[in-house]
Amino acid sequence: MELWFSEFHTPDVKHSIRVNKHLYSKQSDYQRIDIFETPEFGRVLTLDGNVMLTERDEFIYDEMMTHVPMAVHKGIRDILVIGAGDGGVVRELTRYDRVKRIDLVEMDPMVVDACRAYLPSNACRMDDRRVHIYFENALRFIRRCEGEYDLIIVDSTDPFGPSEGLFTREFYGNCFNALKSDGIMVNQQGSPFYSEDARAMQRSHKRIADTFPISRVYQAHIPTYAAGYWLFGFASKKYHPLDDLDAESWEAENLYTRYYTTRLHKGCFYLPAFLEEMLREVEKKEAQ
Amino acid sequence: MQTKRNRLDQRRAPIYEALENFRRMRVVPFDVPGHKRGRGNPELTAFLGQQCVGVDVNSMKPLDNLCHPVSVIKEAEELAADAFGAAHAFLMVGGTTSSVQSMVLTACKRGDEIILPRNVHRSVINALVLCGAIPVYVNPEVDNRLGISLGMCREQVAKAIAEHPNAVAVLVNNPTYYGICSDLRAIVKMAHDAGMLCLADEAHGTHFYFGGGLPVSAMAAGADMASVSMHKSGGSLTQSSLLLIGPNVHAGYVRQIINLTQTTSSSYLLMSSLDISRRNLALRGRQIFHQVADMAEYAREEINAVGGYYAFGKELVNGNSIFDFDTTKLSVHTLDIGLAGIEVYDILRDEYDIQIEFGDIGNILAYLSIGDRPQELERLVSALAEIRRHYQTDGTGLLSQEYIDPEVVISPQEAFYADKISLPLRETKGRVCSEFVMCYPPGIPILAPGERITEEILDYIEYAKNKGCSMTGPEDPEILHLNVLA
Repeated sequence: MELWFSEFHTPDVKHSIRVNKHLYSKQSDYQRIDIFETPEFGRVLTLDGNVMLTERDEFIYDEMMTHVPMAVHKGIRDILVIGAGDGGVVRELTRYDRVKRIDLVEMDPMVVDACRAYLPSNACRMDDRRVHIYFENALRFIRRCEGEYDLIIVDSTDPFGPSEGLFTREFYGNCFNALKSDGIMVNQQGSPFYSEDARAMQRSHKRIADTFPISRVYQAHIPTYAAGYWLFGFASKKYHPLDDLDAESWEAENLYTRYYTTRLHKGCFYLPAFLEEMLREVEKKEAQ
Repeated sequence: MQTKRNRLDQRRAPIYEALENFRRMRVVPFDVPGHKRGRGNPELTAFLGQQCVGVDVNSMKPLDNLCHPVSVIKEAEELAADAFGAAHAFLMVGGTTSSVQSMVLTACKRGDEIILPRNVHRSVINALVLCGAIPVYVNPEVDNRLGISLGMCREQVAKAIAEHPNAVAVLVNNPTYYGICSDLRAIVKMAHDAGMLCLADEAHGTHFYFGGGLPVSAMAAGADMASVSMHKSGGSLTQSSLLLIGPNVHAGYVRQIINLTQTTSSSYLLMSSLDISRRNLALRGRQIFHQVADMAEYAREEINAVGGYYAFGKELVNGNSIFDFDTTKLSVHTLDIGLAGIEVYDILRDEYDIQIEFGDIGNILAYLSIGDRPQELERLVSALAEIRRHYQTDGTGLLSQEYIDPEVVISPQEAFYADKISLPLRETKGRVCSEFVMCYPPGIPILAPGERITEEILDYIEYAKNKGCSMTGPEDPEILHLNVLA
């Protein structure tokens, strides 16, 4: 028997993963949630048919979303995480003793329930006493915050689905407002390779660059995401992602990682020429 | 509850059913339209879709004819009349403008007087230009804080009726663009007691026929004719509309009036959209508009919590000039953050990719409907919070009033067709204007043909232009000149 999960990365490009077993399938108020058991990638979570994470390569994403800002800003205590109902980002953050509070705002409680049941390696730290989960629209939640957080991590789905509001100028502006005067915002910035993804990436980069004084993009290789090539945004009020990297302090935390290193940290901000050009284009341009 | 009231089976949609049937017959077209189910225009077909161009067909026996309906269109009109509680309903394909004009042309002949509020849509005064009737304006009350014109007071209507006993009709906005309603039942009674018809412009009131807790609809209030923009809150395609009449108006005469100006090639896309939307409203409208009103209420609370803005609601109701308020409307007063409504409107579009219905001198209006979701509302509220943070000013130099009392010198028709000259804007003070000037939207004239131009009006026009309102009406698109009576 041949059983395959397929995802269209563009109308003309399809990525398929062989499936052993379909473990979970439910329609929530916001999206369709599925979890598959696969021979190559282990368990795979999809939302509306788009791969969110696989057990095999989630470490890349979750480490890059968290350790990059944590290695730059030693004073991070209060963190807001948006989306990320699977728990992977929270798991990485709870490894730091200095973190005092992690507020997690996830729109869809069914994602959290499904991951607790089927992806325990991600959801394992959701019950940490520092973690507070709010099931709410993130835009609504953040409107009420001012100068509260050292770090905001925006772990959204892609900009064409229910997370569309998390790629908007009003959202980034509200994030800026919710951060302390030396706060950092990290977001998943999509893939720059296929043209529709690239345009969305440019749009959100422009909005972030308009909002924050420091706005840089860094990259990682993630096999199950479109083109296997993923970007993250590092937006900051004060700290520069390279100039303020404190490698020694981070090494002293003594955290075992499988992707992130402080050497990689320096490298991941060096981008290919085509991407530099795409970013320059929107940084210069007036309102499109 | 809706279904109980209806006499006919509202699950039917005769035009839609006939088109589906027609599609299955695979009839060979040797008639218009020349694109022949899209084959002759592949680019258009690729853009609009085969499904769409395949039912862009001509009137023919199995599909009836809007100029003289005898079968499926007649049935669709009967179903619409039943759903809206009217004696008869006409499907309209020229926008609600065509409904309003047919209504006025049915009620008035040359020289007749018609009583109406000045904050009517341009289509009403256009109809007066066409037929030569004379407007008797009832000045709407103005809310001084919000700067918007309200409904008509009962006393003012009574006074107009007493002073113009020969007028043939009273026209009422039900509601205004901002969702404000006059005491329609009382006005209907006054009009009928004086032997006049009562006409309602319900361009913004389709949902009144299907909502619980919403203001009274024109047909329920006993009005004689109502123009209903199905394409606004009703969900049908742009340009489709309904004209409803009560038992006192002769349907055959209304049909003749409609046929004076209506196309003989009515679009089946528009008519089927009316049919399907009417069915949806009759079956599910109550629940839908309940949700819309809840969303609007939520947005009002959130916007008012931002501070500075005032999203107004039912608290405005005063029993007379604001007899009732349409809670599905989301209007926000912006002057207290030091921005004109039009400025907020432009910032929302240019900086936040949010398009709202309109912004005027002191307010913005976001149109909520059948198709909205809570997540987009969150974007709107958050963007307003950001705009306040970034753009707030102390508000000096902002005008607050959108309504200026007009002085009607001659009838709109006389003024429109009179000998005229074009003068630079500032030299027109004191002259009689022969054309319209308005911000669009909302399309309510600042000046209408036959009205005296005053300094206050000229100041207002220049202010609105400077603030970025899109102004329409005059022959000179830049509005540097105005046509005035020679």
